[in-house]
Amino acid sequence: MEANGTIAPDLDISTELCGIELRHPVINGSGTFDAIAARRAFGDQLLEEFPFSAFVSKTITPEPRAGNPPPRLWETPSGLINSIGLPNKGLDGFLTSDLPQLAQLPVPLIVSVMATSHEEFARLVLGVAGREQVAALELNVSCPNVKSGLIVGAFPEEARSLMERLRPLTEKPLIVKLTPNVADPVPVALAAERGGADALSLINTLRATATHPGTRDPWLGGGTGGLSGPAIRAVALSQVRGVADAVAIPVIAMGGITTGRDAAEMMAAGAKIVAVGTESFRDPAAGTRIAAELAEELPRISG
Amino acid sequence: MTTGRPKLNERVTAPFGRRLCEVTRNLPSGGYRIFSAVDPAGPEPAAGQFYMLASESGWGARDGRPYLARAFAVADADVEAAGVRLDFLVQVVGPGTEALAKVEPGERLWVTGPLGNSFAAPGELAAGAAGAILVGGGIGVATLAIWRRRLLDAGIPARVLLGFRDQANSGGLELFDCSEIRLASEDGHAGHRGYVTDLLAVLLEGDDTGSAAVYACGPPAMLEAVRVMCADRDVACELAMEAPMACGFGACFGCAIPHADGGYLRLCVDGPVVRSDQIDTALVAGSGH
Repeated sequence: MEANGTIAPDLDISTELCGIELRHPVINGSGTFDAIAARRAFGDQLLEEFPFSAFVSKTITPEPRAGNPPPRLWETPSGLINSIGLPNKGLDGFLTSDLPQLAQLPVPLIVSVMATSHEEFARLVLGVAGREQVAALELNVSCPNVKSGLIVGAFPEEARSLMERLRPLTEKPLIVKLTPNVADPVPVALAAERGGADALSLINTLRATATHPGTRDPWLGGGTGGLSGPAIRAVALSQVRGVADAVAIPVIAMGGITTGRDAAEMMAAGAKIVAVGTESFRDPAAGTRIAAELAEELPRISG
Repeated sequence: MTTGRPKLNERVTAPFGRRLCEVTRNLPSGGYRIFSAVDPAGPEPAAGQFYMLASESGWGARDGRPYLARAFAVADADVEAAGVRLDFLVQVVGPGTEALAKVEPGERLWVTGPLGNSFAAPGELAAGAAGAILVGGGIGVATLAIWRRRLLDAGIPARVLLGFRDQANSGGLELFDCSEIRLASEDGHAGHRGYVTDLLAVLLEGDDTGSAAVYACGPPAMLEAVRVMCADRDVACELAMEAPMACGFGACFGCAIPHADGGYLRLCVDGPVVRSDQIDTALVAGSGH
């Protein structure tokens, strides 16, 4: 690693995802990095030292959402529960306001979308995939903060029918983000693959809740939330291995990745790409560090 | 990194990424602690801005907590030979503040910042406002200390009203020039026995209420009282607020507070300083924990 944290040029860990060239295998998890807000905080140095090889947007829904009432966060041992509720500007607000700014990022853009019906999902896919700035789409069928988001990702037949509705709408890669809040993620993963998914990403947050220290009432304004951070890494590793063993399409692994060693373990379990989420909260440049550490670790895997 | 004192209303951007800064002092101050760290790579912050802090060692030492960095308003900052000296005021309320309170000189902190916006000069908030009234409660006095210094540097008069619950929950007075402070304490151990808002009411009833803007930082109930008093008298007011915050730069969407127009503000990027007419209440769920 060079002094400024960038990867030394002789350590080539460039890769690709569904034909999208990536200069390293570390991207961000959806909803864990707001590049527009980060540019307000860090200025154009963010663009010069962008920590991810592709940028995944927060989830866009058909209509604007304000998100859940506070409190929205609770720190746990080596982790964080969030109950954010997918605040976003809606499809039209995203296309007119956010997309032009995200297009200025120096990396490919993956847009995450979520809707509660096939028709609304189709509207999102058509609206987003038609934009040349968008390299790929991620379908959020797993966010545990929104009640209706659970359903598709929990039932194989739902996942397959959604994919069959959306697959013909675009030739751009469709990534299905799986929920871990099921007994076994493999049947849904296989259904998504059969329905035409180009890649799978996992895991989303684990459903969790917290108690007000004074009143013992529920702490989170949204009632329940999702657990992330190193606390869930072993669960993620297990589900990534199970899914990667079962499918032929690429797997994007996330869940508590904090170091290059964590990333290398996910790749040894079958992931092609890794995503960083909560660790970016602790250090906005964590992606850069993890990619550099991964460059040191990878030769040990591939031998 | 270029240094130089920011303008009064300037939002200073942070270097990208966290960095290690050496702690140079950590001293008791009443029931709180004042500690300083020297930032070799950062700019001079504006008053009102904050930093995300974590100790290099010992973080996560208590049942995997603290895990996330903690947000602290900067209490003072000055350029020194080794970098920008950053002063912080800390009150132990949980595992994060407990770990930070134990950091010894020579040990290091992970620092991200400066983050967030800054206070606006009185003339920016209301035409004709020539002076400032600073209202601080408890640990919230920290951000007003640097704001007072910057106002005085700009030749803008500032009156300072500070309130504390009791002796154990007070401190940071050395960050101010004591001769200028009017104090209140709920237990009567110093100054007026009662709330700092009692002192504000007296000032606002004076002849010159139209010529000063109010700046407040403190517990939610105090901020809410200040907000209502200023709204009733049509006095321009900014509140430096607090909410649970995982990242400090807009990524986590955790520090949401309701906006008067509907929707939410993210305190880390839309604040921490908000104009009092941007919100309908300062009683933010989840703050103070």
